Amino acid sequence: MLMPTNEAELAEMIRAATGPLSVRGGNTRGLAGPGAPLGVGAISGIGLYEPGALTLVARAGTPLADIEAALAAENQGLPFEPMDHRGLLGTEGTPTIGGVIAANVSGPRRIAVGAARDFLLGVRYVDGAGTVIKNGGRVMKNVTGYDLVKLMAGSHGTLGVMTEVALKVLPRAETAATVVLGGLGAGAGVAAMSAALGTPYEVSAAAYDPATGEAMLRIEGFAASVAYRAERLADVLSDHGKAELRDGAQSQALWRDIRDVAAFRGTDGDVWRISVKPGDAPAFLDAVAPDAALLDWGGGLIWARMPEGADLRRRAGAFAGHATLVRGTGATRATLGAFHPQPSPLAAIAAGLRQRFDPRGILNPGLMG
Amino acid sequence: MEMPVPNPAVLARKSRLVERLQKVLPPDAVIFDEAETRAYECDALTAYKCPPMLVVLPSTTQEVSDVLRICHQEGVPVVPRGSGTSLAGGALPTADCVILGVARMNEVLETDYANRVIRVQSGRTNLSVSGAVEEEGFFYAPDPSSQLACAIAGNIAMNSGGAHCLKYGVTTNNLLGVTMVMMDGTIVEIGGAHLDSGGLDLLGLICGSEGQLGVVTEATLRILRKPEGARPVLIGFDDNEVAGACVSDIIKAGVLPVAIEFMDRLCIETTDKFAKAGYPDCNALLIVEVEGSEAEIDAQLDTITEIARRHDPVELRQSKSPEESAKIWLGRKSAFGAIGQINDYMCLDGTIPVSSLPFVLRRIGEMSEEFGLEVGNVFHAGDGNMHPLILFDANKPGDLELCEAFGAEILKLCVEAGGCLTGEHGVGIEKRDLMTVQYTPEDLEAQMAVKDVFDPAWLLNPAKVFPLAVSQARRDPAPAAA
Repeated sequence: MLMPTNEAELAEMIRAATGPLSVRGGNTRGLAGPGAPLGVGAISGIGLYEPGALTLVARAGTPLADIEAALAAENQGLPFEPMDHRGLLGTEGTPTIGGVIAANVSGPRRIAVGAARDFLLGVRYVDGAGTVIKNGGRVMKNVTGYDLVKLMAGSHGTLGVMTEVALKVLPRAETAATVVLGGLGAGAGVAAMSAALGTPYEVSAAAYDPATGEAMLRIEGFAASVAYRAERLADVLSDHGKAELRDGAQSQALWRDIRDVAAFRGTDGDVWRISVKPGDAPAFLDAVAPDAALLDWGGGLIWARMPEGADLRRRAGAFAGHATLVRGTGATRATLGAFHPQPSPLAAIAAGLRQRFDPRGILNPGLMG
Repeated sequence: MEMPVPNPAVLARKSRLVERLQKVLPPDAVIFDEAETRAYECDALTAYKCPPMLVVLPSTTQEVSDVLRICHQEGVPVVPRGSGTSLAGGALPTADCVILGVARMNEVLETDYANRVIRVQSGRTNLSVSGAVEEEGFFYAPDPSSQLACAIAGNIAMNSGGAHCLKYGVTTNNLLGVTMVMMDGTIVEIGGAHLDSGGLDLLGLICGSEGQLGVVTEATLRILRKPEGARPVLIGFDDNEVAGACVSDIIKAGVLPVAIEFMDRLCIETTDKFAKAGYPDCNALLIVEVEGSEAEIDAQLDTITEIARRHDPVELRQSKSPEESAKIWLGRKSAFGAIGQINDYMCLDGTIPVSSLPFVLRRIGEMSEEFGLEVGNVFHAGDGNMHPLILFDANKPGDLELCEAFGAEILKLCVEAGGCLTGEHGVGIEKRDLMTVQYTPEDLEAQMAVKDVFDPAWLLNPAKVFPLAVSQARRDPAPAAA
């Protein structure tokens, strides 16, 4: 495997490449493309961390765990709560911050504060011609030129190989508690979440598990404030069901399991991740009839477990949103494609951008279209 | 500020263009009389003016598409315009351009409280988006100072921020979807009411592209439930650096205020005289606002007050009522107007790492003496977004040029300190020639390659963002007429 130890070496390797490169961080998310493996794991280390400015700059191959540990020491964290794909996919290896950003991995708190892309302040990357490019910076507000920072987030290594990312971080909440309403069907579950997210009580995560019929609503902050808001929320939601409170380690474990889709660990079948308008989720579930499902982001994120090879997109018919095949055999992925096909004008723009950023088509070719 | 020489071949096609545009637009939507086009000769960067060749005011996405298709065929540059409140010259015309104003497109298309989104036409003003949902207790978070007048279209073009983005983010963090018309007239839908748009993040790319990639006609925006309440504390210091250290300590303590605003002595004195806000006599003033229930606000303000006390403040005023809150905010909100009463000024928008605040403020003070021009500082301290106001006399020959040279030096300083040229106003023409300070030729090439994909003929707002010399080759091979 090609393992450059710095940006200049990486640029040289890309310039010298004669065929496709399979770009990856720790390769724990199962989304590297075909070609000669190129890992950024050795381009590693936190370059700058200023807790008083809420900013951290790290090289792309820095293990996510190192970043989380450095932040935890200052009582801060990554607000977007990136999931760990290893349990769900049965992969091994070390998740890197570059991988998190390349796949725009965002967990339950996305509904309240935003996705990984919303906390990315700047990037350095090497494009498909081997040129080093920087965009954005390390300050929280920056509208200087085009926002290639957003474009790189979620580009899965198809436009360039990231070498450094600058992130906005936030203080960690002192405490968290979860208000749980039971006995709800999908429609009632989504309605309860919508009602909760429409209150001023700053619900920081809202998930629904069809298997248990439970809607789960997380409140975070200073202890007294959490207690106050949890109580108010339970009151406001009394029409939707009787609320029960889970706090401490119980609440923490619950959200880690939702974040990592722990319920699908060790199961058979394909796993899909669908982004829809929250209110559309119940009808979507009816249409695709998955073997199992989990709703996060107030219903806006659906995790669906399907029989191997089943075409979820065809079952769903036309819908506003998109479905990504996260876990599936090589054959299924080859037939259905991991990423949702785009309407032709958008697909043409995306193809045009790939052509400009990677003229030889060597970076994770074919992965995104 | 140099602008490209008007293309005589384009000017010669004016009457044919008017004829073609009149076929797709209502009669009053095509403005070609020179007395009337003058109303569009500038935006809020009033030092630069140039009447456009034509102005069109479409009312629907289809009309926008028809206009762009025709201009594309005729090889005519198009400058999109929201409300014309850009401080960077983003909507400044050239003599051979068509101004495409979206002001007539101001309808609310859909409000959806269950899914917390609103869909509007892009000419709608920022404040009236919040206005459309406030009865249900919701609001749209980005709040630029010009929010009464500025349009969502311009907010998206410039990725506008505001005082409250420390907590709620800027436009790009609150935009879920757009309907956009490409320069060739193609209508595209990007994103929607769902949270992450699929494929490459084209939505993120559009936002902040200064009207150079497409014309956004409709937008789906995230709306939020209003907090139970909000109250500020005012803290006065004898020293800018101590105020900067206090900001850093507040952030480190784990409190996340919704806004941290900073004013220096010149701004404090001027606004106090103008607005009678009763500000203390001090060198630096912070306004820190927090949200929540009454009890939560008290708890947070107590924490902030305790931190501030460690820095020996000369004044600490915790608001206890809406009246007191309004009084604390009064001076800050009237700062630009107050300075404008006493002087001409240029407002800068560089952003720096919060840790560099003391150094940068000290250097600006030194440079102020070197250039012989006074500077007031009023800005969003929590996110390092500075707004130095350089005072000058527009009637004094050479003063504007001196002021611009000083401004350029301040922006270079921001970049050297690890920051950027513009935090929320955009590049426009104002900071175009400084782009090379922040970016290498390769960095700029990567950005221009994006425009090549969306607008291969470089007809949309072509003379903005990139230094003219850098974009010359792309703009110049004058497109052939249809």
